Amino acid sequence: MSARDAILKRLRERADGPLEAPESDFTVMTGRGWTAQERLERFERWITSVHGEVIHTSRDGWTESLAGVLRDKGVRRLALGREHPVAAAAREALAGGDIELVAVDRDIESWQRELFESVDAGLTSTGGGIAETGSLWLWPTPDEPRLLSLVPPIHIAVLDAEALEDTLHDVMAGHDWVAGMPANALLVSGPSKTADIEQTLAYGVHGPRELVVLVRHA
Amino acid sequence: MSVQTFTPDAFHRQAHEALENPQIRANFRQAMDGLMSKRRDSFADWDLETLRELGANIRLRALARLPDLLERLEANCQANGIRVHWAEDGEQACRLIRELCEAREARSVIKGKSMVSEEMHLNAHLEAAGISALESDLGEYLVQLNEQTPSHIIMPAIHLNTDEIAGIMHDKTGIARTRDVDTMTAAARLQLRERFMAADVGVSGVNFAVAETGTLCLVENEGNGRMTTTVPPVHIAVTGIEKVVEHLRDVAPLYSLLTRSATGQHVTTYFNMISGPRRAGEHDGPEEVHLVLVDNGRSGIYQDDQLLDTLRCIRCGACMNHCPVYTRVGGHSYGTTYPGPIGSILMPHLEGLESTKDLPTASSLCGACGEVCPVKIPIPDLLVRLRREAVGEGRGNVRGAGAKRSRKELAAWKGWQWLATHPGLWRSGTAMAGRLRGLTPTHLGPWTDYRTAPKPAKTTLHGLLKQRRARRAAEEQDA
Repeated sequence: MSARDAILKRLRERADGPLEAPESDFTVMTGRGWTAQERLERFERWITSVHGEVIHTSRDGWTESLAGVLRDKGVRRLALGREHPVAAAAREALAGGDIELVAVDRDIESWQRELFESVDAGLTSTGGGIAETGSLWLWPTPDEPRLLSLVPPIHIAVLDAEALEDTLHDVMAGHDWVAGMPANALLVSGPSKTADIEQTLAYGVHGPRELVVLVRHA
Repeated sequence: MSVQTFTPDAFHRQAHEALENPQIRANFRQAMDGLMSKRRDSFADWDLETLRELGANIRLRALARLPDLLERLEANCQANGIRVHWAEDGEQACRLIRELCEAREARSVIKGKSMVSEEMHLNAHLEAAGISALESDLGEYLVQLNEQTPSHIIMPAIHLNTDEIAGIMHDKTGIARTRDVDTMTAAARLQLRERFMAADVGVSGVNFAVAETGTLCLVENEGNGRMTTTVPPVHIAVTGIEKVVEHLRDVAPLYSLLTRSATGQHVTTYFNMISGPRRAGEHDGPEEVHLVLVDNGRSGIYQDDQLLDTLRCIRCGACMNHCPVYTRVGGHSYGTTYPGPIGSILMPHLEGLESTKDLPTASSLCGACGEVCPVKIPIPDLLVRLRREAVGEGRGNVRGAGAKRSRKELAAWKGWQWLATHPGLWRSGTAMAGRLRGLTPTHLGPWTDYRTAPKPAKTTLHGLLKQRRARRAAEEQDA
């Protein structure tokens, strides 16, 4: 008998007999009833508490804020997508400037070392945010691959204020994640961190040292 | 620092040595105190009891449907392009993973944190086959550099302080000696980035495996888990069969409970949900994703209504952080992959009671572990059950049951029982003990290591009451 069949057989022929499955009540995970303002305040409080930076900007003028962030942080090479409206607008605004725009729509095998060693920042869109924990949710795509939010030392994420929801439970239910998960879905709540050396917090151990969230208001 | 080997059958000696080591005691004391208060604060805004109830209920539901959910997980993973493998024990799981590596002619494996891979000694197995296996979680990396094993399931290097780590980083990786945590972290980042790029295979654990969608969830702060599961061309996830949950919505409450219980964080930096390899048109992510489902004693635990609760565990480590024994003796004293209260109720099933019979006694049964458990595992009850099994007074369905049975102890209890159920003998026996109290030995085995030997009273309680009655009767007569 295969290991699979042997294991399943033992589980099915349980000595103490079949078990009853209880029903679950998820009320505690939802129904926060926060206003848009409360959501925003919570989001900002939590994500800044773990070293994330929040910059409020407008739907129309956000690329100027982006340019400001890039200037302040001394970013010379920015990796970003092409097709997503966020990437497209950023490309248009930054075209012809000093900052080199690095294309990410190529197989990682062909430029792995370049990404790891000579890209200063990655720009991504987000699916939305979670107020309760100060989290961003991202579904990487061919246009904005998985490593874009992980490898460069700075991750700049663009979030629309109205895309903030209360809880993870609400996001999963509201966007019907069950209907089709991407190959990789991510929650990002701050820059990479560790406390493995005598509980001293250090940022940027493997992923970005800095996370900047540009919150766009209508 | 020399390589130390710890084994569960030497628990008492190892615990004594740890207790005499002020460094270890200080490291654990400080860390655990901090973790306890952080946990408390992180639940301040929550109806914790309702949330724990939900967590326990989700895990119970998953276990009640375990065989069906495993099949559903397998089918949905396969539909997503994840290849699923099953292993009866750690040895078989190691072999499976080695063969997957060999099929890719892999020479180097990078690892995300995985306790089940520690449980099956995967690194040693791969190294023996000429495949290097490098831990990438910073704590695990330091412990591996120091040729040790983790002393805590969440904070593997908690037994080391900054000075010791500075020494390890200097001696083993050649960086200039520094006590600056940021500098050491940055050095490790550079060292490990090279290894991520060069790795042929990434091996990770799994926090929750979602049957409904065929999704593997990983909880982490560092990003090494995301690197491990994204950069190398092959990702192998390895997990115990009990980690499955039924629905995607089941993960939100468990994730909330896990991060707060483990480190007092309201959320971790990353929650990584993997539902398949790189898809057509995508530019990164592994070409192959494998899931290895490991039994290794778990289906045995599953047979028994009481022991089943052990399998609810979500590996947060809160029971360790709150255990007055663990806090003092540290993780290595237990000599097992999983230390502390959860280890004491889990390891006997994985390794048998022959070598682990002392672990269930490494508790004062104060109840703290059960009180903080996010999925309400009645750990103290399970410790008592395993004590009974160890002396052969349980159901006998735990490997090595009866290993601690002692004829002398049994005879002593039988004698006690006989005396206590014969009042005449009891009275004359206790009266005799009172008269001969001067002869009571001062050394009574381990009992008197830290206590003075008990001495029978000159007059028994029965005797005292009898005297009082007589006195009162006399007083009444006088009045």
